[in-house]
Amino acid sequence: MLSEIERRELEDAVKSYPDKRGAAIDALLTIQRRRGWISDDSLLEIAKFLEVTAEDLDSVATFYNLVFRKPVGRHVAFMCDSISCWIKGCEQVQEQIKKLYDVDLGQTTSDGRLTVLPIACLGQCERAPAVMIDQDVYGDVTPEKIEQIVEKYK
Amino acid sequence: MATIIVDNKSYTVDERQNLLAACLGHGLNVPYFCWHPAMGSVGACRQCAVKQFKDDRDQSGRLVMSCMTPATNGTRISIDDPEAKAFRASVIEWLMVNHPHDCPVCDEGGECHLQDMTVMTGHVYRRYRFPKRTHRNQSLGPFIRHEMNRCIQCYRCIRFYRDYAGGRDLNVFGSHDALYFGREQDGTLENEFSGNLVEVCPTGVFTDKTFFHHYTRKWDLQSAQSICPHCSLGCNTTVSERYGIVRRIANRFNSQVNGYFLCDRGRFGYEYVNSDKRIKRALVRPERDRAKPAKPEGVPQVLEMAGDRLRHARGIIGIGSPRASLEANVALRSLVGPQRFFQGVDEQEHQLISTILSILRTGPVPSASIRDAEQSDAVFVLGADLLNDASRLALALLQSIRQQPMERVDELKIPRWDEAAVRNAVQDRRGPLFIAGYQHTWFHEYATDTYFAAPDDIARLGFAVAGTIGQGAPSVPDLTGEVRELAQRIGDALTHAERPLIIAGTGSGSQATIEAAANVAWALHHQGKQPRLSFVLPECNSAGLALLGGGSLNGAFESIRRGQADTVIVLENDLYRRADQAKVDAFLDTAQTVIVIDSLEHPTAAHADVLLPAATYSESDGTLVNQEGRAQRFYQVFVPDGDVTESWRWLRDLARAKSQEVDGLTGVATWGNLDDAVSATAAAAPELARIGEVAPSARFRVVGQKVPRQSDRCSGRTSLISHLTVHEPPPPVDPDSPLGFTMEGYRGPLPSPLISQFWAPGWNSIQAVNKYQDEVGGPLRDEMPGVRLIEPVGTKAPHWFTAMPRAFQPSSREWLLLPLPAVFGGEELSNQSPAIAERISPPFLSLHPSDGARLNLEDHITIDLALQGTTYRLAVHLESSTPVGTAGISLVPELSGMRAPAWVDLFEAIQTERTRRVA
Amino acid sequence: MERPLTQHIHPDGTTRTLREYVKEGGYRCLERLAAGLAPKDVQRLVTEAGLRGRGGGGFRTGTKWSFVPMGPDAPKPKYIVANGDEMEPGTFKDRVLMEGDPHGLVEGMILAGYAIDAEIGYIFLRGEYHLSAQRLNQAIAEAYAEGYLGKPLPGTGFRFDLHLHASAGRYICGEETALINALEGKRAVPRAKPPFPQTVGLWGQPTIVQNVETLYNLPHIINHGADWYHRLSRTQDGGTKIYGISGRVTNPGWWELPLGITARELLERHARGMADGVRFRGLLPGGISTAFMTEEHLDLPMDFSSIPPEIGRLGTGTMIILDDQTCPVGFVLNLEKFFARESCGWCTPCREGLPWVAKLLTSFEAGRATSDDLSLLEMHAKWLAPGHTFCGLAPGAMAPLQSALKYFHDDFERHITSGGCPWSRKSAQRRILV
Ligand SMILES: Cc1cc2nc3c(=O)[nH]c(=O)nc-3n(C[C@H](O)[C@H](O)[C@H](O)COP(=O)(O)O)c2cc1C
Ligand code: SF4
Ligand code: FES
Repeated sequence: MLSEIERRELEDAVKSYPDKRGAAIDALLTIQRRRGWISDDSLLEIAKFLEVTAEDLDSVATFYNLVFRKPVGRHVAFMCDSISCWIKGCEQVQEQIKKLYDVDLGQTTSDGRLTVLPIACLGQCERAPAVMIDQDVYGDVTPEKIEQIVEKYK
Repeated sequence: MATIIVDNKSYTVDERQNLLAACLGHGLNVPYFCWHPAMGSVGACRQCAVKQFKDDRDQSGRLVMSCMTPATNGTRISIDDPEAKAFRASVIEWLMVNHPHDCPVCDEGGECHLQDMTVMTGHVYRRYRFPKRTHRNQSLGPFIRHEMNRCIQCYRCIRFYRDYAGGRDLNVFGSHDALYFGREQDGTLENEFSGNLVEVCPTGVFTDKTFFHHYTRKWDLQSAQSICPHCSLGCNTTVSERYGIVRRIANRFNSQVNGYFLCDRGRFGYEYVNSDKRIKRALVRPERDRAKPAKPEGVPQVLEMAGDRLRHARGIIGIGSPRASLEANVALRSLVGPQRFFQGVDEQEHQLISTILSILRTGPVPSASIRDAEQSDAVFVLGADLLNDASRLALALLQSIRQQPMERVDELKIPRWDEAAVRNAVQDRRGPLFIAGYQHTWFHEYATDTYFAAPDDIARLGFAVAGTIGQGAPSVPDLTGEVRELAQRIGDALTHAERPLIIAGTGSGSQATIEAAANVAWALHHQGKQPRLSFVLPECNSAGLALLGGGSLNGAFESIRRGQADTVIVLENDLYRRADQAKVDAFLDTAQTVIVIDSLEHPTAAHADVLLPAATYSESDGTLVNQEGRAQRFYQVFVPDGDVTESWRWLRDLARAKSQEVDGLTGVATWGNLDDAVSATAAAAPELARIGEVAPSARFRVVGQKVPRQSDRCSGRTSLISHLTVHEPPPPVDPDSPLGFTMEGYRGPLPSPLISQFWAPGWNSIQAVNKYQDEVGGPLRDEMPGVRLIEPVGTKAPHWFTAMPRAFQPSSREWLLLPLPAVFGGEELSNQSPAIAERISPPFLSLHPSDGARLNLEDHITIDLALQGTTYRLAVHLESSTPVGTAGISLVPELSGMRAPAWVDLFEAIQTERTRRVA
Repeated sequence: MERPLTQHIHPDGTTRTLREYVKEGGYRCLERLAAGLAPKDVQRLVTEAGLRGRGGGGFRTGTKWSFVPMGPDAPKPKYIVANGDEMEPGTFKDRVLMEGDPHGLVEGMILAGYAIDAEIGYIFLRGEYHLSAQRLNQAIAEAYAEGYLGKPLPGTGFRFDLHLHASAGRYICGEETALINALEGKRAVPRAKPPFPQTVGLWGQPTIVQNVETLYNLPHIINHGADWYHRLSRTQDGGTKIYGISGRVTNPGWWELPLGITARELLERHARGMADGVRFRGLLPGGISTAFMTEEHLDLPMDFSSIPPEIGRLGTGTMIILDDQTCPVGFVLNLEKFFARESCGWCTPCREGLPWVAKLLTSFEAGRATSDDLSLLEMHAKWLAPGHTFCGLAPGAMAPLQSALKYFHDDFERHITSGGCPWSRKSAQRRILV
């Protein structure tokens, strides 16, 4: 069931669009902000709110990479793997993360703390390599610095 | 008209087409996947690339997608250009990157558009050497099998299912090269047109699950042209058989009727032909003791005995059937005489259909074909539940609501075939569709306005609409403001349209809705519009039977009761579906001799003294008249085993047995083959005179040859019965049609009623139909789309119907029981097909929530309902769309004997304590 | 040197406030509208200024606007959309503007809306730009409070509403018709053109999609006129451009400079040359959908008109530098993996071709490639051309591949002959992520 506050947020999101369906992506992201990811149940609740079928909504949800249809950890580290970061050694940073936390791209640590995902260019190319953890962006990341950064997220 | 130049040759084409359609129309081969003649272009697959040149000096040209390029005058293209060819081969190569090498075990093999296109482009060698992606398949219910690995991502499935057919539970998921076409979760595809996916998908992702259960390669199927017997619309099908088992139904294109698509009842209803309940032997009950079972006897003995009884009868009456062919009915009428021939439908149905006939005969407004319905630009449905009772017509209306928004599309100069652009321009705009009824379905979501009310109130709305249109149509005095406004809105929308369509039907049992529909159409006609009328009828030959004439079932009952006759011949009819059990019992018990000719066991057949196994539509030939008044021929697919033969042949043999003479035979007794039956039919009633034009006669030959029912690659003919004999038996003779039960014969161009399977060199899938059209999507070459038997006689002022019912008044104790048709479960024959049976929902009674409260019934509980002498167990559905004071009853098999509409005292009828809850 | 777009942006990364914005001349052009500057005048000014779209295509903004139906019979509503999707790798110019000066975008949107008589605007922002979102939301709220939005502008009767849409990812959303689908809450699959969004766009209504940087130019053009605008640039394309450089250079970053500056100036003066120990081999001039340029092209003016089409195009103007310590095949592999992942999946060549290309390049890196693979790469580079695919993504993907096959052919060959990546066998092994 959508909570009162979720419902209010969804109603707010709908206001920017001429029809409810237009708010599909906003609605998914809104609920995801509260629940971390979009479970099948969440999907059905949102679909009901938007008056669309589960197929309608899931078709949209599965298209976009920032909508999570699988559970993620408490924190999500988005590792930019695009060209500027690649030149500057994002792969080494990623390897370091793997070494430290035993997670590959697309995986979540066994304690549910951290999910590591690849992401397209974060628009921080002048300070590559870049990593975004939840909503915080870090530039000029090195294998040495990454632990200190990740340690801020428990 | 425009001229285009293709590979240095000029062709005259319709400039409103795209280049792909234009080329295909001229027989040129351009491969394609995502384009579909009924669904337009979206430019996704890039398979249809050709080279376009600016002018005759342009040597280099550029690749364009022919499906996305208009066929404007002077366009120069090349299909054979080496670069275009190489690109098209590459597109196949890309599609093959992930496509499995499973043709030998794929149900689509041998009729796969992807196979055809692969061969056409010449891609033969795999250069991709990396792993293929794989998918999990879904279980999609009894009709459709799913094998996602074969998908080539042409998006046709969801475009058909969602955009064309209004389905919601199939979609595409994911992105880039990880796309999945399916449901959100495993489960039955809900849409009533899901079966078309089998033909729409160019490869083997969606295949026919019923076919799978008795699979045969396409080239081994023996096929014939057929007409769907499962509702009154008369869609054209191809029925295919092997080893005496009907294997599947495919769509058979008819530009005026079903076009490219069928409904699921029509496609999957065929398996009753293979059912265990088939009557295979002639049976007799020698002692006149109905308690004793009838026993099989040799056919000569049975006929002799029957003849004996007929000769000694004190009057023979015949009960015809709206699901039997015209010829069979005419045979019966000839045997018993027109005075003693009864239509075999109850009084109410008889009355409704004769009203409809007289509206179509005497009024100025013609009936609509399904094609007309698709083209109409405003629609008003009065009381008919199209989705459940005439599904293909509902599908047509889903297209009709696109007509008015097309004006905007034309203004924007977007070609109508440019489907993607059209959808963007149209968005959610829909043309007018008004639905008045009493059962909510998903189809209502496409309506401009809906009105849920009892039939009398629906009729009043209709009369009021006619009144607002004016031209002398009487108006309804005492309407509520709300209904008056609705009537005004509907009237305005209809008068703003050019080709409005008014639909009613017999389903609700209401005479008034039919008359109201006529008034609306006539008023529009006098406004100078080109309206059409469409009446949904109960069965596949209801119209034909009515044209033939004859009294209702009541008349038959009366004549036995009064002793005017003591012998009854019942033709393909289960009387227990048409009258109260007690009445039918009394009728059959009173009759001295009951002869039943039918194909499936049923209670009436169980009462027969002589039971003759009738051929089904796939084992016989004949003519059916659909609700539009269009006569169409169906053909025998195979020779059945057992004693099964055509009903008209049984009747002929009965007639001969009765007369016992060799010379001096008259009427049906003289018939030799179907041609005789057709001639007799043509003479039976003035409107049937043109029946002979429906299809070529049995004498028809091309260069002296018959038309084969089998493909010329049919395998294993010599070994079919090798366990019995090594000699190949001669093929059965078909005296009734120009078709042969063989693979030998003429294979060139044919009149359309004789085309059983669409095939052309290099085109093994059903998309070969393109090769049979001058303009893709248009009529077949030399199409004979059936003969319309009823056309308006003139434009004279109609006599308006004036008998307006009073507003519906709920009563304090009684409820008006209203029949709810069901697409699965509501039709006698298809119900016996296992796949359909799986889709039949349990019986229910639907009530308005306030009535539920009055009766102290909760939603979804089970009740026992004692009605008309029987007790039924059913679930309660509380629906706000059910009009107060009425109770909807689903017409599923368990309730098939129930008579509705009728007033019932539900306080009394609901007997038991409602204990169990249904989930 | 004038830097109208960025001169007031705080170097410390904090945002320019509404107070500052207004004090430094912001929202002033709304007064000019009130003083009688009609929509057609705004259109004319923009056309005269020769403003060309900064989203990568360089399409003339005035021309684009001229296709929008105007006048009392024009369909209503019309929409203006800011394309803030900025997912082109190597590109970060729009972020700089939106984070540093959010009101500039609001004002640009109001002006563009006014010019085409569109009363509703959306800013389509990529989901990862949280800071931009926060600052833009605040700016929008402030603009509503001040009456720039949501109320008829004094003296004009024109009222503009502006919404921010945060996207849920996918590079293809930057393509304007895919963006429109995304805004409608659908899958971001591009739409066929024609009809163009100018006539049939968002919810079927006339719509203009304009890059964020393009929109920032509008207030300055209105305030200072077309001649001034032309004088800003060195070439016939008017105005300044935000250039950027990333890769192994001494000083990666962004600079607002006159259009038409050469790559050499950018690299040597602004980026202060290559980083220690590496040498220049090539560059992608503006995002990864542009073709490589090499040493010989460094003196070409970096604008929309001066780069010959057979060499390439400017794109977004934010360059990525390839150095001699980086494997060009690995470089292109990284690009193609990106494109394969970001294909929407609609048309066959893009959906199936790009992953194949990526797998082929992976075999090059892993030393499993043959000369047949080289011809397969060439086949893709040839077929995935404009018009052959549904939208510009796949042709964009082929630009770097095709030019790499031209300029770095020997390097591809060396991968075959030496059985692996000459730059680093070890790192090549690591990159196999198929
Ligand atoms: C695959 C693809 C991605 C694109 N991404 C962006 C983008 O992120 N931002 C952008 O402004 N334009 C992008 N474009 C260009 C837009 O389609 C459109 O041309 C542009 O937003 C128009 O704005 P402008 O005329 O101001 O440049 C992209 C185009 C393609 C084909
Ligand atoms: S499932 Fe069939 S119809 Fe659907 S996209 Fe795949 S190949 Fe096309
Ligand atoms: S048929 Fe033309 S692109 Fe698919």
